[in-house]
Formats: sequence, C-alpha cells, structure tokens
Amino acid sequence: MSTLETASAPPPQDTTMDHDAHTTPLLDVTGLRKVFAGANRAVEALQEVTFTVSRGELMCLVGPSGCGKTTLLRCVSGLLAPSAGAVTLNGAPVTEPPRGMAVVFQEYGRSLFPWLTAWQNVELPLKEKKVPRDERKRLVTEALDAVGLTDSRNAHPWELSGGMQQRVAIARAVAYEPQVLLMDEPFAAVDAQTRGELEDLVRALWQRLGVTVLFVTHDIDEAVYLGQRVVVLSASPTVVLDDVAITLPGDRDQITTRSLPQFAELRAAIYELVQRAKNGYRPQPDTERPA
Amino acid sequence: MTAVAWGRKFAIVAGLPAVLVAVWWFATAGSTSVYWPPLSTVLETFGPTWLEGRLASDVLPSLLRLAAGYALALALGTALGTVIGSWPKVRALTEPALEFFRAIPPPVLVPIFILFAGIGDGMKILVIMVGSVWPILLNTVEGVRSIDEVLRDTARCYRFRRRTRLIQLVLRGASPRIVTGARQALSIAIILMVISEMFAATNGLGFSIVQFQRSFAIPQMWSGIILLGLIGVALSLIFRACEARILAWYQGQRAAQR
Ligand SMILES: Nc1ncnc2c1ncn2[C@@H]1O[C@H](COP(=O)(O)OP(=O)(O)O)[C@@H](O)[C@H]1O
Ligand SMILES: [Mg+2]
Repeated sequence: MSTLETASAPPPQDTTMDHDAHTTPLLDVTGLRKVFAGANRAVEALQEVTFTVSRGELMCLVGPSGCGKTTLLRCVSGLLAPSAGAVTLNGAPVTEPPRGMAVVFQEYGRSLFPWLTAWQNVELPLKEKKVPRDERKRLVTEALDAVGLTDSRNAHPWELSGGMQQRVAIARAVAYEPQVLLMDEPFAAVDAQTRGELEDLVRALWQRLGVTVLFVTHDIDEAVYLGQRVVVLSASPTVVLDDVAITLPGDRDQITTRSLPQFAELRAAIYELVQRAKNGYRPQPDTERPA
Repeated sequence: MTAVAWGRKFAIVAGLPAVLVAVWWFATAGSTSVYWPPLSTVLETFGPTWLEGRLASDVLPSLLRLAAGYALALALGTALGTVIGSWPKVRALTEPALEFFRAIPPPVLVPIFILFAGIGDGMKILVIMVGSVWPILLNTVEGVRSIDEVLRDTARCYRFRRRTRLIQLVLRGASPRIVTGARQALSIAIILMVISEMFAATNGLGFSIVQFQRSFAIPQMWSGIILLGLIGVALSLIFRACEARILAWYQGQRAAQR
C-alpha cells in the first residue's frame, strides 16, 4: 500500500464513507504466516496469505474447516501476533486491536458477558469509547431494534436462544460504529431459517452503515450470496487460491438470488477450485493477487 | 408460593432441628449430671447469661473482630488471587508456597502470633485473616485463570480500559469461584474467632465459654455453645442472601443449561 493513500485516509472514527470509494484499500494483509509451536510438533495454521479489503467493501473469506480462518481473523484483529507477514489498517500496522474494529466471534455465546443483560452487553463497549449517555442510548436502541431484539433488551444471554445471542453480538458490533467489522463464521451454529434472516440482516446493515465487512465462512453458498468479492482459501497448508468478484446484483434475496444462473456458475467455479486444490493445485505466486 | 408450599418448605427446613432439640430436651430432662444439665436449665440461663451485659461486652467484640478479620481476608485474598491468577509466571512461582501455607492448620498460628502481635484485638484479627485467606486466594486464582478465552478477546477487541477489564471481566468472571472460597473462609473464620479467644483474652465468646467451663458454670457454658451455633446459622443465612444477589446470573445460567 502506498503512503499517499494512507495519508488521505479519514480518521478511524469516520464511518460515513461512501460506496464509490471502493478502490481505496483499507485493510492490507501481506504474506501472513502463523505457526503454532506445540510441545512436540508445530502446527502451520497459515502458510502465506495475502489479500486486501477496500473501504466500504463486503468481502467474504471462504475456506474449509480447520484451514486457519479463525487464526487469520485473530491476526487481522490484532489479538494474535503472526509468525511472519503484516496486517495494516489505514496504513498503520496492526499490533493490537485497533480502534474502529469490531469482531463477531464464532463462539458468540461465549463472547457475551453472562452477568450483563443484552442492553448492557451492547452498551458496555460504547461506555469504553466514552460515547455520551444520550448518544449511547440512541445507538443501543437502534442496534437492538435493527436486529429485532427490542423486547429482549433486559434478558441475559443465557435466557436467549442461540440465534438471539448471535443477534446481540451483532448489535454490539453495529452499535460500536466500527470502520471494519470482522465476522467469524457467525451463523455456523444457527438453524437454516435464522441463518437466512441473519445473512440478510448483515447485508442490510452493511448497505445502511457503509461499514467495511470481512465475513469469514466455510460455506461457499453463503460466501457467494453475501459478498461483493470472495477470497478462497485452500486447506492447510493455507494459501489464497483465488479472489473472485461476485457480479450478482446488489439487491439480493434468499430465493431469487440463489436461483440465478449466475449464482450457480459462481458457486460451481469456486467448488471446482476447491476440488482442484484438494488434488494438489496451488496458484502460482504471481497470480495469487489479482490486479 | 402458596401457603401449603411455604408450610412444606418450613417443615423440611425446621423438621430435623426440631427433632434434635426434642431429643436433647427429653434425654436430659431429669438429668442430675453436672456435665449434662437439663436443656430447660440451659435455656433458662441463656437470657440472664447473654442478654444482660455480655451481648455488648463479649458477643459484640467477637463479632467485630470476626468482621474485621474476614473483611481483610476477602480483600487480601481477592487482590492477591487476581494478581497471581492473571500472570501464569507469578502463579507457577508462588503455587508451591501457597499450597504449603494452606496446609498449615490455622489454629497453630495463635501461639506464634501472640509472640509478635501480643494478645490484643490485633492478634485475633490477624489470626482470623491469615487463617481464612487461603481458600479465598486459591479459589480466586482458579477463577481468574479459568475466565473464558473468547470473553477475554472480546474485552481486548473493544479496548476495555484497565478498570473495566478488572471489574467487568476479571472479578465478575471469577466471582463464582471467589464466592466458593469466601464460603469456606467464613466457617474457618468463625472457628478462629473462638479459638483466638481461648488462649489469651479478656473478652469474647470463646473467652466466656472457657471461663464458664473453668468455673464449673456448665449450663452457661452450654448456652454459649448454643449461641455460637445460632450465630453460625445467622451468618450463613446472610451469606446466602449476598450470594443470591451477586451470583444471580450464575445460578440462572446454570439452571438454563440443565
Ligand atoms: N492456540 C492454538 N494453538 C495451537 N494450534 C492452534 C491454535 N489455534 C488454532 N490452532 C490450529 O490451527 C489450525 C487452524 O485452526 P482455526 O484457525 O481454528 O481453523 P478454522 O477457524 O478455519 O476452522 C487447526 O489445526 C488448529 O488446531
Ligand atoms: Mg474457526
């Protein structure tokens, strides 16, 4: 990433960017490698992962279970130090969780504070951000309303179903007004119908807020349905297989979009790629990063 | 709850104690033994012995020392436990020593503490504190250590300030274990309250009971033991009320998981 672009980047608090600024890279992941040193053997969770996410983009990362998606997201969010490579947000290296970044964890149930109500869970990060009381109240109300949990605001997480807990986690991330929203297989554990609703919720929130979303999933269909771009990861040793632009119309719908011939073509292409990768195919280094 | 349900609950709670009192009452009814006076005699002496004067001169000082020692143990145990539990290296370094100190029976501390802390209130408070701090400390260490990794990551991602991290993540996360330790510590503290007054003292419950025993005021001695039991029950009820408040979320969560 050139320094010129970063110099003109707005401050992290600014979340009101417009969608035609798609070309500005916001998040840059270069040569990321992570090896977990175990007692008797080392696990190479990520071999070499490189991609960028543009400002205001909704990008999906898809890869098989155990390929290191969670590890990748923990490196991107500054929770985990990579073994090699770098992550930069707005041109600044990420070494700890940066301002203006929110994460929805795969184990959403465990990411909510069980001693706080849904409302308090959403409000606490805002208090930490020193958002004034009135503004806080507005943001929490709006976020809980957006995810359809207005009536459950005083419930504790353990009084809610899995899908509702996930909504609280999403509401918390949304109310935080992040510049980048990272989501780690957020819907892997909810039933199919709730899952469809939550997918549409994510797209609606993304369109409304103009936030940059990096959505991680093992589900190719979900990635194609949600994303503007899909970055396909290989199984371990993990590298980027391809970066696919999703040319589906912006207005998406669970039924019509999923039955478009174009949808079928895209998912077939990605499935084929994953199959070939299983048989040993790896992209050439110079084609790893499409121009 | 209906009146019937209340009645049943009361019968369950009060049933066995009532039976035991009845057994005691009838077993000792015609007793002429000096050491086993009739329960009726013991109860007759209860009022004159405790409610006229000794409440302020003996019971209150005992309870104040208990409160002070226990509060200090809570503060110290939670603080040290949080520090030790937060840093694996500190824990590895201190664990053997902590286990050693915990294994020492606390009453043995009394003669030692008399040597350098005298026989005043300070010594007794110190004994109560040092004896009851271990379960709190060790449970806090465990509690802090076992806080969910995802919850920790969440606090880091949302950039919680140090103070919020400490209260909302660490202390509340460890609170079920801290409460467990505090419950164990309370019974130890009560024992030490009595024992610390048996060696060298000028007032207190333990002191009074020993004094009655030495002057062969046996019914009075028994009444003191009854009073100790009642105080124990009262403290445990207060403890449970506090626990229900502090750990309402935990009990709800556990009930929901079943
Ligand atoms: N803290 C860790 N220590 C050792 N190995 C780990 C650790 N975290 C993840 N791994 C390993 O890294 C690999 C990738 O894990 P993960 O990132 O959770 O995959 P995914 O999220 O794609 O399912 C797995 O083989 C996992 O066992
Ligand atoms: Mg994962």
